[in-house]
Amino acid sequence: MANKPFAITLKPGTSLANLTGSWRSSRPVYLNRLPPCNNACPAGENIQGWLFHAESGDYEQAWRVLVRDNPLPSVMGRVCYHPCETSCNRGQLDEAVGINSVERFLGDEAIKRGWKFDAPAASTGKKVLVVGAGPSGLSAAYHLARMGHQVEIQEAGPLAGGMMRFGIPKYRLPRDVLDAEVQRILDLGVTLKLNTKVENIEQSMQLGAFDAAFLAVGAHIGKRAMIPAGDASHIVDAVSVLRSMEGEDKPMLGRKVVVYGGGNTAIDVARTVKRMGGEPLIVYRRTRDRAPAHDFEIEEALQEGVMIKWLSTIKQAEAGEITVERMELDDKGFPQPTGEFEKLEADSVVLALGQDVDLSLLQGVPGLDVKDGVVQVTPDMMTGFPGIFAGGDMVPSERTVTVGVGHGKKAARNIDAWLRGITYVPEPKHEIATFDKLNPWYYSDADKTVRPMLDIIRRQTSFDEVQGGLDETNALFEARRCLSCGNCFECDNCYGVCPDNAVIKLGPGKGFEFNYDYCKGCGICEAECPCGSIKMVPEDI
Amino acid sequence: MSFQPVKFYQTGTYTVGNRLLAPDARSVQAGELRSNSINSGHRACQGCGEALGARYAIDAAMAESNNQLIAVNATGCLEVFSTPYPESSWQVPWIHSLFGNAPAVATGVAAAMKVKGKNNVRVVAQGGDGGTTDIGFGCLSGMFERNDDVLYICYDNEAYMNTGVQRSSATPPTARTATTMPVGPEPGNVFGQGKNVPEIAMAHGIPYVATATVADLRDLEYKVRKAMKMHGARYIQIFVPCPLGWGSASHDTIRLARLAKETGMFPVFEAEHGEVTGVLKIRNKQPIEDYLKPQKRFAHLFGKHAHPEMVAHLQAIADRNIRKYGLLDEEKAHG
Repeated sequence: MANKPFAITLKPGTSLANLTGSWRSSRPVYLNRLPPCNNACPAGENIQGWLFHAESGDYEQAWRVLVRDNPLPSVMGRVCYHPCETSCNRGQLDEAVGINSVERFLGDEAIKRGWKFDAPAASTGKKVLVVGAGPSGLSAAYHLARMGHQVEIQEAGPLAGGMMRFGIPKYRLPRDVLDAEVQRILDLGVTLKLNTKVENIEQSMQLGAFDAAFLAVGAHIGKRAMIPAGDASHIVDAVSVLRSMEGEDKPMLGRKVVVYGGGNTAIDVARTVKRMGGEPLIVYRRTRDRAPAHDFEIEEALQEGVMIKWLSTIKQAEAGEITVERMELDDKGFPQPTGEFEKLEADSVVLALGQDVDLSLLQGVPGLDVKDGVVQVTPDMMTGFPGIFAGGDMVPSERTVTVGVGHGKKAARNIDAWLRGITYVPEPKHEIATFDKLNPWYYSDADKTVRPMLDIIRRQTSFDEVQGGLDETNALFEARRCLSCGNCFECDNCYGVCPDNAVIKLGPGKGFEFNYDYCKGCGICEAECPCGSIKMVPEDI
Repeated sequence: MSFQPVKFYQTGTYTVGNRLLAPDARSVQAGELRSNSINSGHRACQGCGEALGARYAIDAAMAESNNQLIAVNATGCLEVFSTPYPESSWQVPWIHSLFGNAPAVATGVAAAMKVKGKNNVRVVAQGGDGGTTDIGFGCLSGMFERNDDVLYICYDNEAYMNTGVQRSSATPPTARTATTMPVGPEPGNVFGQGKNVPEIAMAHGIPYVATATVADLRDLEYKVRKAMKMHGARYIQIFVPCPLGWGSASHDTIRLARLAKETGMFPVFEAEHGEVTGVLKIRNKQPIEDYLKPQKRFAHLFGKHAHPEMVAHLQAIADRNIRKYGLLDEEKAHG
C-alpha cells in the first residue's frame, strides 16, 4: 500500500462481482402461448408452427408439420372457411394473414413435388374399420395408419371423398386435387373398399375381425319441406343435384331454377345451375345477414349473376311457377308471414334445407344414443357401444370439412388409446396469445396478398376453379406476415433491449435464456417482445 | 428516412435482429459477439435508459472502429453506476476526470493518440445532459470550434439524476424535479427557451450532428457508425428515459422513448455541416398526453387540478417540431 499512490490502493475489479439479480421482485420467463389461429382451427392444426417453416422458404418442412394434424392441405386451402383467419391477431393490425392461401400453396406444392407422408409407426396388429370415405373417415384412417394400425375404409359410394366430391362443386374443389390427396392417404397402406355399404355395423366388424370402428357416414339425405305442390311440379333436393353433377347424367332442372334455402349448399346449387346455363333464383325466408351461408360465397354468387329473393317463403309449387309469400322479421328476428303473395316462374324447385343422417347401419346396436337425428358421442368420440366411435356430420357438430377432419384426428387418438387399453389425455392448452400480449410496433406494414379470381364470364359458363393460388414469391411474403403470436421467432429483441446484458443468446434455433444473476426484473424484455413470448412472474420474497 | 429500412422480413427493420435476415443486415446488438461495452453487474436502476443507450452507442462505435476505441466519461449517473471504485463495468479503455471537462479531456486523448502515431485509435466522449448542456458546455463548444477529432455522445434524460433528480437546461417545461425549488406556484419547470444543444452544435458547422432514441436501435446504430466513419468534431444526442427521475415504470423505458419520437416531442434527425440532411419520420402520430401521462413528473398536469393549457402548450411545442423538421409524411401531415 505504501508503494502505491493515493486512491489506487485496490486492484481494479469487474462489476460482474456485483450480482444485481438480487434486486429483482419479479422475473421474466419465456413461454409459449397458444396462437389464436391454432386455437380456432377445427382440425387442430399448428398453424403458427408450419408458417414458421414456410417463412424461411422450407416448404417441405412446413408441409410436414401441417400434415401432422391434417392430411388434406390442398383441399383445406380451397374449401375451409378458415376460422383461423377470423381470429388472426394481424386482423387488428391491418388484415389477417392469408393462412388459407398459404395452406393451399403448400398442399399444391406437395402434389407437384410428390412429397409422401412419413412412414407409419411399427404395426400394432390391430384392425380398425372406418365407415365412410369422407373428410372425417379419411382423416381418421390417415391418423390410425400412421399410428401403426391396419385400416380398412368401407365406402357406400363409387368414389372416395364424400361431400368433398358429391357436395362441393368442382369450381371450388377440382377433382384432381382431391384424388391426389386421397391417394396419398391410401399409399400409407389403407385399404379402400368402394360401393360397400355397411348395413349392420356389428356384423361388418365381426366379419372382418375388426378391433374397433369409426363411423363417419356423413349426412346426405336432403331434408324435405311440406310444400303444397301440383302433380306437374318438379321438386328435387340439393344433395341429389350436386351428387348427380358427378355422374354421367346431369340433372334436368330446366331454365328457371328456384333454390330454396340460405345455406352454403343453396349457394353451391345456384352457382352450379348458373354454370349449366340456367337462371337460378335463391328464395330464402330471412335476410342476407341472417343467412347461414358465408357472406363471401353469397357475394361471389351475386357477382356471377345468381338472383336472390330475401324474406320469402314458398307457399305453393305448380308446373312452371311457384307462389311465394313475403315475410317480415319480428322483434326477435324470426320471419313472420305478411299475407302478400307473388307468383314466380320456376321450371323446378331445389330444396336446400339441410341434411339428415342415414342411421340404418346402427340398427340393433345396443347402448347407442341418437338424439335429433344424430349420434351422441362422448368427448372422446366414442358412441354408447364400446369400441365404436363416430364423427363428422353424423354427430352433433358444425358441418364443415374441417370439423370432419378434426373429428377424424381426435377419434383416431382415442381409438389408439382404447386399443392400447389406456385413456388418451390431451396435453393441457397454453394460455391464448391475445392481441394485448403483443407489441405490434415491431411488425412492419404489409397488406394481405389477394388471390387471383377467375374472370366473371368463365365463372358463369365453366366449372373451372374460381379462386387461383399464390405463387412462391407471394406465398413467402404472405407467410412472413405471420406475427408468430405467443411463440418466439428469434427477433433478438429481448437480447438487445436488456439494459443489464442479462439475456443470453443461445444461437440459431436455440432461442434465449435469462441470466438471473444479473436480471434486475425491469420488464423491458416483456414489454418489447413483439410476439408475447415472455411473461413476468413475481419472485417469492 | 435517414437510413434504408429492410422491408418485409416479417418485422421490417424494427426488431433488433431476425432469424430470416442475412447476418450483415442485422444490428450490432443482435450479434452474439457484440462487445458489451457496459457489462452486467452495473448499478443502474431497473430499466435504465442510459445504460441501454450507452451500450447501444459504444458497441456500435467499437464495431465501426475495429475495437480501437477510448471512451472519456463526464461525471454523472453513467460514471457513478458503472464505475464505483475499484470496480468497473466498462469493457473498453475508459477515463473519467471531472463533471465539466470531458470534451477537453477527449481532445487531449485524441491529441495524444495523434502524437503517438496511433491514428487508428478513435475517441468517444460521453456524458449526461447536465454534464453536456450545462457544466461541460464551454469545453464542448471549444471542442466543436476547434473541430477536434472526437465523437461526443450526450445521453439525454432531461435532468441531473445522480444528484437526486435536479433540473438541467435540458429539462422540459412543466416537468417536476425533486431537488430544484419551483419558481412560482406550479411544481414543474417553467416554460422558457431551454437549451437545444443539437442546434447549437449545428451552429458550429461541425461535420456531423444527430439525435437518436433508445427506441430506434437501427437508426441509432446507423448514426453512430456514420459518425465514426467521419473525422473532426461530431455530436450525437441520445434520448434515454429515466424511470427513477421521470416516475415511470421500469418496463416503459423504450415505450416512452418511442412516444417522445412519435409525438414530435423529441425530433430525430441528422445534420451535416450545419444542415439537416435526414429525419426519422413519425410512423403513427400520437397526442402529447400519451407521452405525458405515464410519467409522474407530469402528473400535476392531469387529475383534479389539471392544467390543460400547459398540456396544450407542450402539444404546440411538439407540433412546432413536426413542422420545423418535417417529421410527418406529406399525406399524413394533411390527412
